[in-house]
Amino acid sequence: MEMEQFYYDNKIVKKFIYATILFGVVGMLVGLTLAVMYLFPNMTDGISWLSYGRLRPLHTNAVIFAFVGNAFFAGMYYSLQRLLKARMFSDFLSNLHFWGWQLIIVAAAITLPLGYTSSKEYAELEWPIDIAIALIWVVMGINMIGTMLRRRERHLYVAIWFYIATFVTVAVLHIFNNIELPVSALKSYSVYAGVQDALVQWWYGHNAVAFFLTTPFLGLMYYFIPKVANRPIYSYRLSIIHFWSLIFIYIWAGPHHLLYSALPNWAQNLGVAFSVMLIAPSWGGMINGLLTLRGAWDKVREEPVLKFFVVAITGYGMATFEGPMLSLKNVNAIAHYTDWIIAHVHVGALAWNGFMSFGMIYWLIPRMTKSALFSKKLANFHFWIGTLGIIIYTIPLYVAGFQQASMWKQFNTDGTLTYGNFLETVTAIMPMYWMRAVGGTLYLIGMLTLVYNIIMTVRAGNTIEDELAQAPALKKINSTRLSGEKFHSWLERKPIQLTILATIAILIGGIIQIVPTIMVKSNIPTISSVKPYTPLELEGRDLYIREGCVGCHSQSVRPFRSEVERYGPQSKAGEFVYDHPFLWGSKRTGPDLLRVGGKYNDNWHFNHMWNPQSTSAGSIMPGYKWLFDNKPMDVSLTQKKMQAMITLGVPYTQDDVANAQKTMRAQALKIEKSLENDPDYVKSYEDSKKKAAAKGEKFVPMNEREIVALIAYIQRLGTDIKVKETSK
Amino acid sequence: MFEQIKHNMETISGIEVYPIISLLIFFFFFVGLAFWVFSYKKDKIDEMSQIPLEEGSIIISKDR
Repeated sequence: MEMEQFYYDNKIVKKFIYATILFGVVGMLVGLTLAVMYLFPNMTDGISWLSYGRLRPLHTNAVIFAFVGNAFFAGMYYSLQRLLKARMFSDFLSNLHFWGWQLIIVAAAITLPLGYTSSKEYAELEWPIDIAIALIWVVMGINMIGTMLRRRERHLYVAIWFYIATFVTVAVLHIFNNIELPVSALKSYSVYAGVQDALVQWWYGHNAVAFFLTTPFLGLMYYFIPKVANRPIYSYRLSIIHFWSLIFIYIWAGPHHLLYSALPNWAQNLGVAFSVMLIAPSWGGMINGLLTLRGAWDKVREEPVLKFFVVAITGYGMATFEGPMLSLKNVNAIAHYTDWIIAHVHVGALAWNGFMSFGMIYWLIPRMTKSALFSKKLANFHFWIGTLGIIIYTIPLYVAGFQQASMWKQFNTDGTLTYGNFLETVTAIMPMYWMRAVGGTLYLIGMLTLVYNIIMTVRAGNTIEDELAQAPALKKINSTRLSGEKFHSWLERKPIQLTILATIAILIGGIIQIVPTIMVKSNIPTISSVKPYTPLELEGRDLYIREGCVGCHSQSVRPFRSEVERYGPQSKAGEFVYDHPFLWGSKRTGPDLLRVGGKYNDNWHFNHMWNPQSTSAGSIMPGYKWLFDNKPMDVSLTQKKMQAMITLGVPYTQDDVANAQKTMRAQALKIEKSLENDPDYVKSYEDSKKKAAAKGEKFVPMNEREIVALIAYIQRLGTDIKVKETSK
Repeated sequence: MFEQIKHNMETISGIEVYPIISLLIFFFFFVGLAFWVFSYKKDKIDEMSQIPLEEGSIIISKDR
């Protein structure tokens, strides 16, 4: 057999590892900052780009796409070359992938704090960045599949199947969830409205977890566990079943994020059924990973890398048991909108993704620098403080979630809510928020230990160089099935066909759920009293999106007596037909806002947005002082925004568009007038007028400032339905 | 739970066939999968699961 010599590209792996470490620190630091903001809400008072609502998406994006994403790429570039016994298809594409991805992360880190967001969770980035993501993702895919076509190993190992599924599914999800109509270079509206937007978003959101945080890391697990333990995977047969059943079932489960919402019932129930089924493949995979260590548990005692892996897989098992349980409607009724969900995702993120990445880094760096890890002791320290961090992070939040949900639902004997004031349910769980911040700190300390340990290892070791290897060339065989060759053996040596089959498996679920909701009109009964937003409200809604209000406030009242009592009538699908994008939210750090319109007067909102603690003592909402700045709101795009809405099917007339500025001014003046009912307001308003005059600044009247538009939007919320019910 | 699903569906004509179709899709998907997996020969399975443990012979060279 003729041997061919070639080099494994280790430099690209090194780059991705360094990026993983860097963005890991950044993502966790932002996360910790947010955790501290619960304790000191006005920590960054008056600094718009450091406000909670804008930093939250930065944290989630940094951790998911920058930390976990780069970790996957590092492990994938390392394992793919070795599993295929070939260098990556193109060095240029590898580097384009690396630098393109980092550039996207930098773009996200700039635009999100500046308030450029489409508000859809984990897909917040605006349309030009979305396009860049799609392009770079395809670059990665070409590089991956190109390498497969040049391989020196006939069979594609199961890890590679997971990589392929990751590539195709993320591409499909990303593209369909981000179909939006641009209004300007950094502003766009989702083409879907209300219920449909919600369904597409959570089909994406759930599967972003599945195919960005789970399948790629399962691929890594199937490579690195056997590698580190130096023994084959427990059952290769099980891994095949794991793969196909996981990708086939996962894609259906999205609607479990929308239980008890206005989503049609059939879609909700379909989501529940598939979520429950998911436990089987998930646990199959977990068992396969853990049992690989059978007879090698002594190694776990000595090897910190294996310790990290064991906790990672255990975390995966816990999160994938909890997931199906949370999808049951009765459990979901308690957990949804509370910190329970935050605890759930952090078991996945901190244990499964975090520890898997740490183990991989601790194993790869010494190997690539051809040296030993600087300090095994420090790695062990990282392991223990990280594990402790996860526990201290999650357990208090489980308690907080359960406690808060119970308080929301508690009734007095006379039928009134025991904790009618939402704030009582927040102040009650403050101790848990303190503990969470401590847990997060411990986890971050662990991460910093890793940074030190890796720097010292790299400094002491050899420079990371490409590795020379040799393997026999793959004999050319007929691309059709050979005589006596089974179908699966054929398929497993055909990357393209395998990719197509995997794509079909994931498309079935998506199509069955999404197409009917979009096509069948009767799924969304229209309500005649629901009218489009006025121009001022539309602008106010965009401010609501910009400030990330949706991160803490839902707009979805579930059909429970406790919620109807607290917030008003339950949500109906027809209420959201003009909502591009939908703003139902997924967490209630503050109360639901669907029916807040008219509940308080304009002055209350005015004072509350300036200093929430002045109207609601003990509130953990930050002030939004920049909305009051002495400068006019940008209304240059209002007409364009309305035109875009018309394109999307919102029934504005051309007259509405032509008169937009006039109607906007009229409505704003009305709000300004109503603000003058408060003598305190009048006094401070006159004061600020004098101050501006003294400074020689031009004074912008209140009705032209942003806060008025936001008040207009908030006062509109839910009123369409109320009007109908009082007139009945 | 089943009642909730049914009442939404009753209005669609020919709906009765959908649960049967779904059952068949799933039945054949998983039977096919089982057939796929158990038709492997033991040595083929062993060979495939060894792939991560070999990575071509690595030549350590000092000149590069």
